[in-house]
Amino acid sequence: MKKALIALVMAALMTAPAIAQQTIKIANIVELSGPGTTSGTNFKDGMLLAVKEINAAGGILGRKIETTTNDTQSNPGVAKGLTQKAIDQDVFAIFGPVFSGSIMVSMAESRRAEIPNFTGGEAAAITQQGNPYVFRTSFTQATAMPKIARYITDQAKHKTLALIYVNNDFGKGGREMLMKALEKSPTKIVADISTDSGQIDFSAAVLKAKGASPDAIFVYTNEEESARVLRELRKQGWTKPVIGETVLTSQKVIELAGEAANGAIAHVGLTVDAPLPAIRAFRAKFEREYKYISDHNGMKGYSGVYALKAAIEKVGKLDRKAVAVAMKTLKVKAADQPGILMDVEFDKNGDLDRDSFLTEVKGGKQEVIATLPPLSKK
Amino acid sequence: MTDFLQLFFSGMATGSIYALAALGFTLLWQASGTINFAQGEFVMLPAFAMVGLIAAGAPLPLAFVLTVVLAIGVLGWAFKRGVVDPLFRHGMMPIVVATIGLSIALSNGVRAGYSAEAHPFAGMFPDRIFNIAGVTITLADCGTLAFALLLVLATQSFLARTVTGRAMQAVAQNTESATVLGINVPRMIFYTFAINAALACAAALLVTPVYLAKFDMGVSLGTKAFFAAVIGGFNNSRGALLGGVIVGVGENLAAAYVSPQYKDAVALALFMVVILFKPQGLLGRKEERKV
Repeated sequence: MKKALIALVMAALMTAPAIAQQTIKIANIVELSGPGTTSGTNFKDGMLLAVKEINAAGGILGRKIETTTNDTQSNPGVAKGLTQKAIDQDVFAIFGPVFSGSIMVSMAESRRAEIPNFTGGEAAAITQQGNPYVFRTSFTQATAMPKIARYITDQAKHKTLALIYVNNDFGKGGREMLMKALEKSPTKIVADISTDSGQIDFSAAVLKAKGASPDAIFVYTNEEESARVLRELRKQGWTKPVIGETVLTSQKVIELAGEAANGAIAHVGLTVDAPLPAIRAFRAKFEREYKYISDHNGMKGYSGVYALKAAIEKVGKLDRKAVAVAMKTLKVKAADQPGILMDVEFDKNGDLDRDSFLTEVKGGKQEVIATLPPLSKK
Repeated sequence: MTDFLQLFFSGMATGSIYALAALGFTLLWQASGTINFAQGEFVMLPAFAMVGLIAAGAPLPLAFVLTVVLAIGVLGWAFKRGVVDPLFRHGMMPIVVATIGLSIALSNGVRAGYSAEAHPFAGMFPDRIFNIAGVTITLADCGTLAFALLLVLATQSFLARTVTGRAMQAVAQNTESATVLGINVPRMIFYTFAINAALACAAALLVTPVYLAKFDMGVSLGTKAFFAAVIGGFNNSRGALLGGVIVGVGENLAAAYVSPQYKDAVALALFMVVILFKPQGLLGRKEERKV
C-alpha cells in the first residue's frame, strides 16, 4: 500500500513538468510607473486582453497562455534586469518594453537567450542592429515618413514644402527619413527650420517658413511645441495645409492648441478611430474590459500577441528559434485572424508594413479622412 | 520691414514675460539683499495651483485670488522662515545654493507628485487677433505687455512713494540704522517676500497660457529672467522691464536673422557684454552694500 502510494506520488511528480509545459509562458515587461506609464499600461492591457481571448478560445496549438507582468519604472536598467529574470523563468516570448530607450538595452538579453521579443518602440535603430529576435508591433519613422511623403507628392501634389522640426533625436531622425523619402520626388523642401525642444516663441520659425512661400508646412516636433507652432501659424494667418506625422493630430496637441489645431493633417499608424470592423470591435471590447479608450499602444500589445499566435501556428510547434524565423516572412490577414486588426507583413529585420491612416483635426477631434496602403503596394 | 516689426512685437510680448519674473529678482535684491534662483519655480507653482483650482470648479478670478493668498503663505512666509532666515547670517552663497536646490526639489516634486505632462491654461485675454500694417498681434500679447508694464510701474512707485516702500528700501540699505529709526525690520522683509510671491502669481497668470503648465516651465524662465535682471540693472525695477524686453526681442531677431540655434546664446552674449562694460546694468546705479 505504502509502495503504491510512493509510486503514485512519484508518478504525479514526473507528470508535473509535463503539465507545466502545457502552458505557453509570456513575460510582460512594461512601463507601469514613471513617464512611460500611459504607454506601458495601454500596451499591457491590450496584450492581456488578447491573451484572455485566446485562452477562452482554447489557446495556441491547444495550450493556454500564462502571463507574468513586471514594471520597468520606465528605466532601461530595470527593464534589462526584468528581461534576465524572465529568461530565468524560461518564458516562450517577451512583450515590451514600449520605450525605445529600454528595448534597445533589454533586447540584448532576449537575443542572447534566443527568445522572441515584441516591442512597442518606434526608433528606427531597434531593428537596424541585426537582432533576429526583436519584432515590432508598430511602424518606425523609416516606414511612416515614406508613407506621408507619398501622400504629399502623389495625392496632395504639393510642389514645395517648408519643414519645421525639433532639434532632438526624434526630430532629427524624422527629418532625415522625410528628406530621404522626398529626395527623388518632385516635392522640394524650400525651408528647413530647426527649433529647440521646449521652445516657447515660434514667431521667427513660422515667419521663415511663410517667407519661403511653400505649398504646405510640415511640422515635426513634440506635443507642446506642435501646439505652439499651430497657434503661431494661426496667428500669422497661414491658411494653406499643415502636415505632420502622428504627433500633430494627437489628443494632447488638440487639447493644448485648441482651435488652432483644426485643419491639421497627419499620418498615424494605428488609431482606434479607424473605420475598420476589426478595430471597432477591439475598441469596444477594450473599453468594456478596462473602462477607458485604448490608445495606439493598446493596439500594439493586442495585435502583437496575435502576430505571435500566427507565427506559432505557422510553425506548428513550440520552438522559439523556428518561430523567430517564421516571423521574418509572416503575413497575416485580418480576415483569417481578426485579432491582428489589419493585414500585416513582417520583413527580415522584424519591421512591419500595413495600412495606415490619414487623419485631420475637425471641430477639435481627430478624424480619419483616408486609408493609406502599405508601402510595399503601389 | 513687416517681418522685422512682427518679430519685434512678438519679442516684446515674450520679453514682458521675462520682465515680470526679473522683477522678482530685483525686488528681493533691492529690499532684502537675497537672490532667489528658484524664481522660475515660484512662477510654476502658482500656475499649477490655478490649474488645480480651476479643475476643482473655481472660476479664474477666484482661483487667482486664492492662489495669491496661498502663495503669500507658502512662497512668502514659509520660504522666508524656512530657507532665508536660517541661512541669511551666513552670507549670500548658502542662500544661492539653497534656492538652486529648492528649484530642483520643486520642479521634480511636481513632476513626481502631479504629472510630467503639459496642461493647457486658458488666458485671461480673449483669443483675438489684430492686423496692423501687415503685422499680426494678438490681444493676449498686448494685454501681457500692458499688464507687465503696469505691475512694474506700480511696484516701483510703491517702493519710492509710500512710507512702507521707503521703509523697505531703508532696511535694504542699512538694517541697523533702520532699526534705530524705529522701522520694524522683520516685517518689512516679510512684505518684500509677500510682494514677490504675489508678483510670481501675476507672472504665472500671464505666462501659463503661452508656456503651458509644466513642471519644468520655470527653468528657462528663471534663467532668462536672471539675465534680464542683470542686463537691465539688478537694483532698478524699470531695469527689469528693459532687460526683459531686450532679451525677448534680441532672441527673436537672432532666430530669424542669424540662426535659430543661436537663439539662446543671445541673452548670454548680452549678459557678458553688460557685465564687462557696465557691471551695474543698463539702468542700475553703483551702490555700496554691506553684506
